[in-house]
Amino acid sequence: MTDFRTPRSRALGLGAAGHGVSHWIAERVSSVALIPLVLWGVFAALRLASSDYEMAVMWLASPINAVLLALLTVVSFMHMHSGMRVVVEDYIHRRLTKTGLLLLNLFVCALFGALALFSILKVALTGGAY
Amino acid sequence: MVELALPKNSRVQKGRHHPAPAGAQKVRTFKVYRYDPEGAENPRWDTYDVDIEACGPMVLDALIYIKNTMDPTLAFRRSCREGVCGSCAMNIGGRNTLACTHGWDEVPGQTCTISPLPHMPVIKDLVPDMTLFYAQYASIEPWLHTKTPEPQGEWLQTPADREKLDGLYECILCACCSTSCPSYWWNGDKYLGPAALLHAYRWLIDSRDEATGERLDDLEDPFKLYRCHTIMNCAQVCPKGLNPAKAIAEVKKMLVDRVV
Repeated sequence: MTDFRTPRSRALGLGAAGHGVSHWIAERVSSVALIPLVLWGVFAALRLASSDYEMAVMWLASPINAVLLALLTVVSFMHMHSGMRVVVEDYIHRRLTKTGLLLLNLFVCALFGALALFSILKVALTGGAY
Repeated sequence: MVELALPKNSRVQKGRHHPAPAGAQKVRTFKVYRYDPEGAENPRWDTYDVDIEACGPMVLDALIYIKNTMDPTLAFRRSCREGVCGSCAMNIGGRNTLACTHGWDEVPGQTCTISPLPHMPVIKDLVPDMTLFYAQYASIEPWLHTKTPEPQGEWLQTPADREKLDGLYECILCACCSTSCPSYWWNGDKYLGPAALLHAYRWLIDSRDEATGERLDDLEDPFKLYRCHTIMNCAQVCPKGLNPAKAIAEVKKMLVDRVV
């Protein structure tokens, strides 16, 4: 015996956090949204692969393409963030390591998501290098 | 907590070999996990050559045969020997099940390996410490909660409502499911595990219960409930053929129904 806490007290722990369902819903909704977005993204990438730079810039200048690509990027990074967060919570238990990795996950996803989004907007609004 | 290797004092070493009694015709080897809390020794694998013509068909029969005729120091839990008490849950041939309802001829290979339920503290040999598991079950308050004054007779329920409890009330709390669940291995201190959550759902859908909201409040937690990632080991090993993963999915759906 290592301490005198009752088993019931250990089982109850700090009590229920009272959230979790919104995270669960966000994971499902983003997965559903990613099905058409990724299909469209693959189709678009294949088409762009056979075109040159000017064609690609023109393609991205179209509002529908720019908006879909921006949505694909943002939803992917949000989905990746929530998935990685669960992995860290599952496997990492040392408080400092866990906090560090959760912050790293958030910052990396936010940074690259923001960079990607800004780049899409820049090409779409200003016509790339021109 | 994820641990890829066992701590030094828990590494299982090669143990003793107990040969079959003279004159045994058909012999089957049982490799059994042994741990003696009294000594300072590491756990070990002991092997027993069992005369299978002298012992019954189930793994529990073999264990009782070993204890009676070969090695009285072997410790394991058993009671009903017919799959209704849940005492003899253990890991047999790499799979959690009840020793009393699992035939040793169902285990492939020449050697039948038997170890305690995975990732539980071991008290002795095949006897795990179930204290926290039972406390987690108690924490979901597995009894009827009502505010309406008690009726003169029973709390009535339609046959259709009663049917909703089928597939849930049969659980015998053997812990085969919870101790086969990786989420329960890594986060067993916070995650309630499939067995406790199946019982939580059994009370959530009970038409007579009046604490559904409070019960859901107590479950809405990233760890207590949402560590379930539908790995489905629970449904695969349940010796009663129940599906805890489905019950947990239903709880998650109820929580969604509250907000959507």
